[in-house]
Amino acid sequence: MKQDPLLHLSAVSVQFGQSVALDKVDLTVHNGQITTVIGPNGAGKTTLLRIALGLQKPTEGVVRRRGNIRIGYMPQRITIDRALPLTVRRFLTMANGPEDRLQAVLDETGVPASLLRVPVQHASGGEFQRVLLARALLRDPDLLVLDEPAQSLDLAGQSEFYDLIASIRDRYGCGVLVVSHDLHLVMAAADHVVCINRHVCCTGHPQEVRRDPAYLAMFPGGRPVDGLAVYEHSHDHTHTAHGDVVPLKDRENA
Amino acid sequence: MHDFLLRAALGGIGVALIAGPLGSFIVWRRMAYFGDTLAHSALLGVAVGILVGINTTLAVALVSTTIALFLVLLQNQRYLASDTLLGILAHSALSLGLVVVAILATIRVDLISLLFGDILSISRIDLLWIYGGGAVALVALVIIWRPLLAITVDEDLARVEGVPVAPVRLAFMLLIGLVIAIALKIVGVLLITSLLIIPAAAARRFASTPEQMAVVAALAGVVAVLAGLSGSWVWDTPSGPSIVIAAALLFALSLLVPSLRGRAKA
Repeated sequence: MKQDPLLHLSAVSVQFGQSVALDKVDLTVHNGQITTVIGPNGAGKTTLLRIALGLQKPTEGVVRRRGNIRIGYMPQRITIDRALPLTVRRFLTMANGPEDRLQAVLDETGVPASLLRVPVQHASGGEFQRVLLARALLRDPDLLVLDEPAQSLDLAGQSEFYDLIASIRDRYGCGVLVVSHDLHLVMAAADHVVCINRHVCCTGHPQEVRRDPAYLAMFPGGRPVDGLAVYEHSHDHTHTAHGDVVPLKDRENA
Repeated sequence: MHDFLLRAALGGIGVALIAGPLGSFIVWRRMAYFGDTLAHSALLGVAVGILVGINTTLAVALVSTTIALFLVLLQNQRYLASDTLLGILAHSALSLGLVVVAILATIRVDLISLLFGDILSISRIDLLWIYGGGAVALVALVIIWRPLLAITVDEDLARVEGVPVAPVRLAFMLLIGLVIAIALKIVGVLLITSLLIIPAAAARRFASTPEQMAVVAALAGVVAVLAGLSGSWVWDTPSGPSIVIAAALLFALSLLVPSLRGRAKA
């Protein structure tokens, strides 16, 4: 009774010279389902995402996309040169046809109409994140691909954001592929979790993955992630070599 | 008005009209050094043109675009950054050009005018090349405008959204080669990039859309050409550098104008 998957990667491997970035990874995204790829830094999440998007070819393995699906892609960050005069409105509409859905999508993603006139380089990290999501949704996507979508949001903002993704999935009936390293919240919103560390460590429903020894083994001391990851994976500051606390700027372009 | 002055003004205006919009993209895409590399290779183009006996403008366009393609190939290797590759190509091509021109010593080649331009010697044929080539470049730029703007904003995003990234990038590089070829007579090998980027930079403060910036850049280029030519006539200064100085003054003036719009949101 199930439709063909939107996206199916089977035994995908990627090598850069001698080093193996991905080793026989399988990944499937269905309509109306949120699939979340998690894993530590350097696990090959970005490479996997680029292959899913068709931006990169795997060294081995097969990538199948259902015919002519529209992909909405929300990149982790993009840098637009300040010399380019571009308002948020133009950025949103440049890749898409008629503007009739603009207002609806703005409401949905919480982009205030007053932001439309602002140069896109002046939007704050959190604002721009929503603008990127709005641009992806304006394509009326069959498959929504999100790369570290909640990184510039605080905890409350992140949980709100994943609620938003879930409601978008319900409304559009699209498949969603999320790549993230902030484990706790992103897993709460997922229907299906794939945990990778170059190879697939474990896969399944969030609750199953959370108990999986292979998942726990990724953490120092095999610590369970509940309650802890929330604090470990949402830094609002960093440390200098002397251990001083340095706040991270959330406005990259400010 | 003297005929040669009129031709100089017409030629300069023709180049400025296409250099402004194309230069805007060079500024947005941070390709100033790329433009410089192609410009440096223009001298090699002149030498090749003389050697083979074909029209100089055509030879320059061919050589610049060949260098551009060569660069695309070189960028596939992972060891050296683009600016290093550009530096290697720019100066090898310039040196090769100088050497070949020196070997051709039997033919009189006015090196200074090649390096710094000789706008006062523009002929009717040159005008034909400038307006013909400029019109082709402008039409091509209008055709690729939307996809080129999309990949300027973000290449990956554009590719996912179905923009044919590689062909559009290639077309853009070929356009730069073509415009360098027609601009050679105006300001010479060493100053061409200035004609591409300074008017665009001067236009930035007055534009709130990419299209506005392109149009203002074209107009700023025209003003710079006319002001530079007049200055060169009045003070008997070299015309190419005078045009560049006029453009730089325009840019400086643009910085003094108070910002038209701050951030709209509180």
